[in-house]
This record gives sequence, structure tokens and C-alpha cells, in this order.
Amino acid sequence: MTNGTILPLRLHEVCFGVGSRAIIERISLEIEPGPSTIILGANGAGKSVLMRLMHGLLSPASGRVEWSGSERPGAPRKQAMVFQRPVMLRRSARANVEYALKIAGVPGAKRAPLVREALEGVGLSHLASRPARVLSGGEQQRLALARAWALHPEVLFLDEPTASLDPSATREVEAVIRAFDAAGTKIVMATHNLGQARRLGDEIVFLDRGRLVERTPVEQFFSQPQTAQAAAFIKGELPWTG
Amino acid sequence: MSEAFGTAVQLLAGLDPKLIEIVLLSLRVSITAVVLAALLGFPAGAAIAVGRFPGRRTLIVLLNAFMGLPPVVVGLVIYLLLSRAGPLGSFGILFTPSAMVIAQTVLILPIIAALSRQAIEDAWGEYQEQLRSLGASRLASALTLLWDTRFSLLTTVLAGFGRAAAEVGAVIIVGGNIDGVTRVMTTTIALETSKGDLPLALGLGIILIAIVVAVNAAAYLTKELVQRRYG
Repeated sequence: MTNGTILPLRLHEVCFGVGSRAIIERISLEIEPGPSTIILGANGAGKSVLMRLMHGLLSPASGRVEWSGSERPGAPRKQAMVFQRPVMLRRSARANVEYALKIAGVPGAKRAPLVREALEGVGLSHLASRPARVLSGGEQQRLALARAWALHPEVLFLDEPTASLDPSATREVEAVIRAFDAAGTKIVMATHNLGQARRLGDEIVFLDRGRLVERTPVEQFFSQPQTAQAAAFIKGELPWTG
Repeated sequence: MSEAFGTAVQLLAGLDPKLIEIVLLSLRVSITAVVLAALLGFPAGAAIAVGRFPGRRTLIVLLNAFMGLPPVVVGLVIYLLLSRAGPLGSFGILFTPSAMVIAQTVLILPIIAALSRQAIEDAWGEYQEQLRSLGASRLASALTLLWDTRFSLLTTVLAGFGRAAAEVGAVIIVGGNIDGVTRVMTTTIALETSKGDLPLALGLGIILIAIVVAVNAAAYLTKELVQRRYG
């Protein structure tokens, strides 16, 4: 295969802090291809920071983050990230997707079909010419997913992608995430929404105050959590989630 | 006073050729200076906003301080550089519109660089993670930010133009206020007022203010329109 895989991703004793406050404490973890991984935990548990450490936006204070394969220079990154609040450039929806391809080094002639396919995939073809920043929150998030889709990443990180969306926009975004999963993209998603974790996840990585507390398949996590912290979290969150 | 005002209005209404010539030279000098300052100031602002290098903070403080450079001091320095005995004296451009363009460019470059640095750095704060996630280099990020802040940068250009068009100290020193060659609106106002020829001074004053107001109104409306369209 010409495209070597970059998974599994291995974290060894990763620590991260701001000032004297520890945010991530000695997390060791291996992310394998296949099952969708949900990083679950309360606000402030360190989910977003852990994702950023994995994606390379932050560097660990100590410990190592190791991908099995290296990125080929000049080719699209094999990992992409969708943030809680999508950042759209002041240009059309289409141009936003095309920008990602351009930065990734995809030649001009090859971009148009990829852009079209990506916008179709998230159901935004009819808004392709609209300025991206005037789209609704849900549309912008789907556009962010299209931007990732066009790059065909091996791993997609999602940081609370529906936290600021209403239920119908959330459903649309979740449908796109499922399509990624079906296409074979490894999903690593942070959320504090139990319903979403159950709908989209295969395994749960549960964080509590910067520590990895347990890692369990989804069904087991909800029926028989292995730790008291996870049980308390499930109990505390359930009444508010669907 | 009211007599002077009446004559001023007559000069304006009659499109007095001498007055037109002065207005056109003013616009030529200040617009050229603004274009040059923007060509230099935007890349500088973007580089300082996105770059990480030693002395960056000092540079930002200096740049902000230089926004308030006294025009007469800029004029004096450029005068010394361009004077016959100065290092750039061989070009022989002292007391020409070129000298005035240089002086005004130096005067407004810090304004455009400092204001664009601020606008671009604010946007960088918002875009940084996304751009890095996509794999954009710092150079690519800087270019992206320049384009994405284009409406804010328009405002910095106008601030520069307003300053250039209104200043008298720098152009009078390096231009010499030579009739028909380097006489611009502000220097003419200064001269004619001291000579007691109030109508011409007043007429030019009215034009100067009208230009600055019109340019800013146009820019405000443009910015409002495009921001509603592009968000």
C-alpha cells in the first residue's frame, strides 16, 4: 500500500499543565484503527486538551505522543480535527473546502471534484456559493466536516462538535460523523453528552480530572461501569441527556 | 470673515485652476504615500502578528509609539537624508513631490503596520488552531489572515490617508512649499493664512475636510455592506 497507516497512536505517560495546574496527568493510551473512540468526562476533565495533544496542536510537558506512521510532506495530513466552534474563512463555503485542499498540496485541477463530493456528502451543495460565515451554526459545523471529508483523513478528531447546536442540527452532524465511520475513518470524539456517546461510540475512554480512569466498550460502560467515578458521572449526567 | 467665506465658495464653485492644481497634487502625494505604506505595512504587520522572534514585543511597543510621530521631526530627518550633503543627496529629489511622498510614507507606515498587526493578531487568535490543524505554514497563515482581515485593513489604510492628507509639518520641510511644484492643501493653508489671504485658505480647508469625510463615509459603508455579506 502506498499510503501507510499512521495508527495505532500511542501515548506514553503524557502530562500537560498550565502554570502549576496539571490538566493531563500521566495518561498512557493506545488508539487502534477500527472502533469509534469516545473521550468522555465532565467539563474540565481534560478532554479537549487530550485531543489537542493527540492532534499535535499542543506538546506534552512530559511523556510521548507517537504515531506509527509519518506524514508524507506535501500530501494531506492523515488526521483532521473538527472543533466545537468551527472557524470559517471569509469566503464562500466552496472556497473554504478548497482552501483546505490547497493547503494540503492538492493540485488545482484535482480540487473541484473533491470539493463537490465533500459538500454533497454533508448536504451543503445548495449553499456552496454562500459566504461561509453567514451560514447557521449547524451548517458551519457540517461545512467543517466537509473540509475534513475532502482530505480523506485516516483519523478524525471531533471536539464536542455539537455542544453549541440545537437538536436537529445535532442529528445532521451526527449523521455525517456516521458516514465518516462507515467510510472507514477512525473517529476520536470528545463529548460530555452520554446519549451521543452511546449513539456514535464503540468504546469509551473516561477521563476524570486529567486522569484516565477507565476504558470500556460502550455497552459495558453504561451497564456496568468499572469505576465509582464513571458510575457517578453516568448517574449525574443521565437526567439531562437523551 | 463672512466675506472671506463668500470668496472661498466662489473659488470652489468656479473650479479655480490654481485651487484644483493644489488639490490634485495633495491627493497624488498622499495617495501614493498610502499605497507605498500599505505595501510595506501589511506584510510587516502580518509578520509581526504571526511571527515569533526575539525583540518582537519591543518592536510592537515602538511601532505603537511611532503612530504618533511628530510630522516635523519626520520632515527634518528626511530633509537631512535628502539634502545635498546627505546620504541620499545624489538623487536630487529634495523639494520635489517625490520627497513629500517619502516623508509621508515614513510618517504613516507605523500607523498602517501597527493597526494591521493588531487586526491580524486578533484574527490569528481565532484561526490559529484551525490553520495549524490543516497544516498551514506560518507564511501561508499570514497570507490567509491578510486576506481574511481585508475589511479591517481598509480602515487602517484610511487612518493612514487621513493622517497624510492632514499633516503639514513633514511636507512643508521636504517639499519647500514651492508654488506650482510642491504646494499642497495644508501647506497652502498655512502660507495663505499667514499672508492674510483667507479665502483660498478657507476654500482649501473646506475641500480637505470634505475629502476626509467622504473617504471615511465611503469606507464605512463599504465595510458595513461587505461585513453583512461575508460575516
